[in-house]
Amino acid sequence: MKKRISAFLCAALMLCTLLAGCGSNSAPNGIVRVYNWGEYIDMDLLDEFTEETGIKVLYSTYDSNENMYTKLKSGSVNYDVIIPSDYMISRLIDEDMLMKLDFSQIPNYANIDEQYKNMIYDPNNEYSVPYTWGTTGIIYNPTMVDRPITKWADLFDTDLLDSHSVLMFDNSRDCIAIALMALGYDINTTNPDEIIEAVDLLVEQKENGLVQAYVMDQIFDKMANNEAAVGVYYAGDYLIMLEDNPDLVWVQPEEGANLFLDAMCVPTTCQNYDNAMAFINFMCSNEAYVKNFDVIGYALPSSGATAMLDEEYRDSDVLYPSQEYLNTCTPFINLDQPSLELYDSEWLRLGMASSGN
Amino acid sequence: MRKALGISRIYNILVYIFLYAPILVLIIFSFNDSKNRAVWSGFTLHWYVDLLHNDAIINAFIVTLGVSVLAALVATVFGTLAAIGFFSMRRKPRAFFMGVNNIPMTNADIITGVSLMLLFVFFTQILNDLVYFVGMQTGFWLPVDFHLGFITLLLAHITFDTPYVILSVLPCLRQLDKNLSEAAQDLGATPMQAFTKVVLPQLRPGIINGAIIAFTMSVDDFVISYFTAGADVSNLAMEVYSMARRHISPEINAISTILFTIVMILLIVINVRSIRQEQAEAKRLHALQRDASR
Amino acid sequence: MNSKAFVRIAAAPYVVWMAIFVIIPLLFIVGYAFTNASGSFTLENFSNLGVYAPVFKNSFLQAGIATGVCLLIGYPFAYILSNERPAVQKVAILLIMLPMWMNFLLRTYAWMTILENNGFLNQFFRAIGLVDYLNSIGMLSTDYIPMINTSFAVVLGMVYNYLPFMILPIFTVLSGIDRRYIEAAQDLGANRRQIFRRLILPLSLPGVLSGIMMVFIPSVSTFAISRLLGGGLHWLLGDVIDMQFLGGTYNPHLGSAISLIMMIVVVVCMGIMNRFGDGEDEAVLL
Repeated sequence: MKKRISAFLCAALMLCTLLAGCGSNSAPNGIVRVYNWGEYIDMDLLDEFTEETGIKVLYSTYDSNENMYTKLKSGSVNYDVIIPSDYMISRLIDEDMLMKLDFSQIPNYANIDEQYKNMIYDPNNEYSVPYTWGTTGIIYNPTMVDRPITKWADLFDTDLLDSHSVLMFDNSRDCIAIALMALGYDINTTNPDEIIEAVDLLVEQKENGLVQAYVMDQIFDKMANNEAAVGVYYAGDYLIMLEDNPDLVWVQPEEGANLFLDAMCVPTTCQNYDNAMAFINFMCSNEAYVKNFDVIGYALPSSGATAMLDEEYRDSDVLYPSQEYLNTCTPFINLDQPSLELYDSEWLRLGMASSGN
Repeated sequence: MRKALGISRIYNILVYIFLYAPILVLIIFSFNDSKNRAVWSGFTLHWYVDLLHNDAIINAFIVTLGVSVLAALVATVFGTLAAIGFFSMRRKPRAFFMGVNNIPMTNADIITGVSLMLLFVFFTQILNDLVYFVGMQTGFWLPVDFHLGFITLLLAHITFDTPYVILSVLPCLRQLDKNLSEAAQDLGATPMQAFTKVVLPQLRPGIINGAIIAFTMSVDDFVISYFTAGADVSNLAMEVYSMARRHISPEINAISTILFTIVMILLIVINVRSIRQEQAEAKRLHALQRDASR
Repeated sequence: MNSKAFVRIAAAPYVVWMAIFVIIPLLFIVGYAFTNASGSFTLENFSNLGVYAPVFKNSFLQAGIATGVCLLIGYPFAYILSNERPAVQKVAILLIMLPMWMNFLLRTYAWMTILENNGFLNQFFRAIGLVDYLNSIGMLSTDYIPMINTSFAVVLGMVYNYLPFMILPIFTVLSGIDRRYIEAAQDLGANRRQIFRRLILPLSLPGVLSGIMMVFIPSVSTFAISRLLGGGLHWLLGDVIDMQFLGGTYNPHLGSAISLIMMIVVVVCMGIMNRFGDGEDEAVLL
């Protein structure tokens, strides 16, 4: 008898898993696989989308453009919608990894301001629909640092900073850009000497023991709990951190910063093209933009949506910096193949450098 | 002498403290009201409630359970048959096959994972090309797409589970009396009957043991799953890894507490049962001896 | 069908399985290691490997330290335990295995929160005045002892996760030693130290060897522990391999070359070690 019961349980369990397996495909209008940055969406929107369209969302996250690129390239994953940044979009276009969008299925595209269309990474705007934009910058806790931090170069200053106090980006492009800006070079330089010099600076910073960790989204907790004095991250995320730790200050560095724009794209491995269009259209409605903003806090590419935000955000200098400051900011563009390879090998060199603690 | 034993016991207790203190911290802070992990600010159950509403974790739990049960079942059948086959071989081929069998166990997980990923990617691409080719040639497009997912995850788990089953069944085979099966056949049993009625029951402890080890290995696996699961599915370990790299949430503590409690209850049940069985066995032996002496 | 025929084909399905899912994948690694992105033969992946020497050194060093610490903690523990009553032994071994049933990522995560600058341990050190004391004698300039994101944390993570793998095989071998050997040695006038050195230690060697193997291999190839406890500051071989396949610098050819070398070095190390004693394969399985 006992045996029969356990056999029955096993069978029931198997049935459950099989159902769960099909369940994902049994939504009336199929599925859409979305691959997005971590902490970069209001999860309730996914349910609303499913309710509205009958399309189930399989959602997963990555923590940097480079990681997303590798996963796509490895062929081990396939997604219908991805949300990379500007320079990665042009790299994906160059390598034939994106599909053209069918804008007739994306009427909400009309919400997007003209200045965010036909960007340099997608000149005829065939492949992408803007999601959010922002700048990079420095976040620090004045109670843990002796004098105000004003520029990228301060991050390398052993007199100013305690050992073990800085959180740096855990991806090659953002991280090396900081050193390039601190040295006064163009963040899109393809001059190998400049790139190597920048990484030398990062290696020195690591060997001097200034770096506490290379992190991405772990920075939220570290800054909230006063684990680190200084961090570098994206403007919108600063506002989220501020809610947990009111001491934190946002710095627009003197050298300028990186101006980024993340946009929704469809990779060539897409299996649910129409659903992908429906998802993109849903996400760029003004209502979705505003909802999303409440959770992620990034600047919106639609003035219609921006007008619906609270005044404190609409006028926030962190989110929507002055044109004067924006003029000092540079967007990334895709690098040539030799530079990309140099970035990879230099990034590994930094990773292998000893950390001095 | 007594004193030495006392000191050494203290040493062992210290090792236990080292092993259990972190788990205790996890459990305590799963009831902490604040998100801050270092400060206690009151008792709450809301991380557990959050957990129940977290679809990603519920899905990961189902995937983990599904993969582990299925992989353990297949690996047990495979492993038992293979052990019987290997055992009947001559020395040289047996040593060779056992050597290959040991590869997934002695190899680093990351190498097993990466190599399987390369294999799966290769095959899914070939299959997709085939679908494309057929579509182009005949105009008939098969409504399928091949990609890494539950199936590849399952294949990977079966691959690293089976060696453990084999290693746990082999010792039972060594103890098996070869004449038993022949005797059964002499008495009129078909070879199949001899196998199922005589041989299999003798192997049962090894098979069950192997199945349990395979199941545990599957539940615990992170590295190989990480490389072979693809985009659609992730098991609990993968979910924890990605959670620990984002906002650190006391939900993770809540999962840990639940899992720890389940495991503890399971182990207690298993052990109480085995102790009872031993007692029953002892009683029976005792009764037998009494009967014999009468 | 007669039973001989059945037995003969019983292993066939699994042999095919092993060929497809064990042998061929390894051939894929070899194939990738000797080709470049355009698929032609090259040795470039290996000629550039010199650059990665620091990671190899670091990984083998840290895994070696972790293995050594596990042995130092684990052997006495197993030895003491083997002298206890069987009933105690049974419970004790169960207690050693219990944490292993919890996923190793959860166990690693536990240490993340304990080792932080404002974490559990540092609060404790502050409360007992250790931090102030170290500051006053100039050994420390912060109000915490840096632990998270150091190589100490990474090694600690390895030791914590893999200690049971060291204890179990050693204990299995020790508890299997025939008591009569020890009595005989005592009768022949050996003292306790001699008994340990001449008798128990050599007899327990197979357990020690398989313990070393079971700790060293996962330690040398881990990437989750170094990622979570090392803060991206202390890369190990596993991290570099992960980077090439699913991480930030896509290059499966280089990743395969590194994997291949790691595999060969590990196999050679284990081969050399096994010459010192014949590790039975049962010992591997606890």
